[in-house]
Amino acid sequence: MRWRDSALLIVILLAAWQLLYFAVGDVALSSPARTFQAAARMLGDARFWPHTRETLLAFCQAFAIALAIGLAIGLTLGASRLTGEVAEPLLVALYSIPKVTLYPVILLVFGIGMPAKVAFGAIHGIVPISLFAMNAIRDISPVHLRTARVLRLSPSETATKILLRAALPEIVTGIRVGFSLTLIGTLLGEMFGAQRGLGFLLMQAMSLHEMERIMSLTLLLVIFAATVNAGLLALERRLSPSAGLSDGPLARG
Amino acid sequence: MSKAELIRLAVIVFLIGMLEALCRTGIIPTITAIPPSAMFEALFKILASGKFNQDIAVTLRNVSVAITAAMLVGIVLGTLLQSLPAVRRIFDPLFATYYAVPMYAFYPLLIVVLGLGDLPQIAIGFLLAVVAVLLNTLNGLDRVPPVLLKTAQVHRLGLIRTALKVRLPFAAPYIFTGFKLAVAYSFIGVIGAEFITSNRGIGYEIAFAYNNFDNRVMYPMILLVLMVVITVNMSLHHWEKRLMERRLR
Repeated sequence: MRWRDSALLIVILLAAWQLLYFAVGDVALSSPARTFQAAARMLGDARFWPHTRETLLAFCQAFAIALAIGLAIGLTLGASRLTGEVAEPLLVALYSIPKVTLYPVILLVFGIGMPAKVAFGAIHGIVPISLFAMNAIRDISPVHLRTARVLRLSPSETATKILLRAALPEIVTGIRVGFSLTLIGTLLGEMFGAQRGLGFLLMQAMSLHEMERIMSLTLLLVIFAATVNAGLLALERRLSPSAGLSDGPLARG
Repeated sequence: MSKAELIRLAVIVFLIGMLEALCRTGIIPTITAIPPSAMFEALFKILASGKFNQDIAVTLRNVSVAITAAMLVGIVLGTLLQSLPAVRRIFDPLFATYYAVPMYAFYPLLIVVLGLGDLPQIAIGFLLAVVAVLLNTLNGLDRVPPVLLKTAQVHRLGLIRTALKVRLPFAAPYIFTGFKLAVAYSFIGVIGAEFITSNRGIGYEIAFAYNNFDNRVMYPMILLVLMVVITVNMSLHHWEKRLMERRLR
């Protein structure tokens, strides 16, 4: 049932794309068929891979840093009611500022190159990961903790058997949101002040007005992001069977 | 003021003080950052001189247009989708992956399609905001108790009147959450897009100042963005609290 719906959705999106193409023409858009061909050609082109590797490398480092720092901040702040109360509005404020305006500062601190990209990707990811982890720990029902005490679990057992299990679904949600934001941050970082990477290719294609290249790059990025997101979403659902679809993290900001 | 608020204020003051001290002692060189006091002073001068008033007005206008459009489209589409479960099921995976897609990757495309005016920036802000409104509208409408709908039926309200008088008012607090996100996302989208490529706006001025190593313009403008966004967010938060209190009474 779900497969049929997804297939239908893809058909609808492709049809909409084709119709838009008929409407605005060759100058503004490349057709789905041509874009897929161009994407396939690009994947076969040896010059494309160093850029992909550069982006992936930057992204993986940024995501690892975002995970480590985000979880550390979130779990620490979530441990007590007071620290959580102090930090939440600050984190929400950080979440809602246009971080791209901070990019010049990052560039001034780290210089142009890999470290700046990594740092910029990481700051995008740290905030949601820590916010969700903090709330996950804070929202654990006191009943769970009392049960642990009744069963005389040791602190380490309580942490692994009760706290982690109860908080994991929401932590994974944070990781999923953090994943996509880190990717956005890394790509944004490459769009200015970079000589390599997929973000750089996008900017280059834009200044040369190469529609097919812009769209095939966008297509590949969308497919990559959507695939990983679907995987993390499936993991999230397995961890908490009660979670709905539309009732995702965005509903709670 | 509560204890948490006091500590928060202390943390902020401490951080600003640290930055000030690091800049004043030269540990952070002026080429990297200027002290916060100098940022405030320069910001005040810039605002008083009116040099960037037009950019500020353009950005605020574009953000408002993006928010308004996102609210209208999001609420209408959300209401429609909620009454068409079959269609909604098809689009659910799209909404679930929507925010995973790097939206700025579409910016080059939007520039080509919409031209080099204000429209591409507005479009990015709108695209980022609209789905948050839609999802929260759906979320709120899903929670309308059946008894309210039955009451509407008893009073023989039509579909549209039921939506306007019963369903949407009930969903209002959830839609407000969507509104808050729409405000944040529109700012992020519009200013981010201005930063990437445009010819005016706050984001453009920051990028321009950066390219000229003009820290005395860049930092005050960054500060301005942060202050505007945080002030707007906090006022919305307080407004929401007041509305919720009135509802409980």
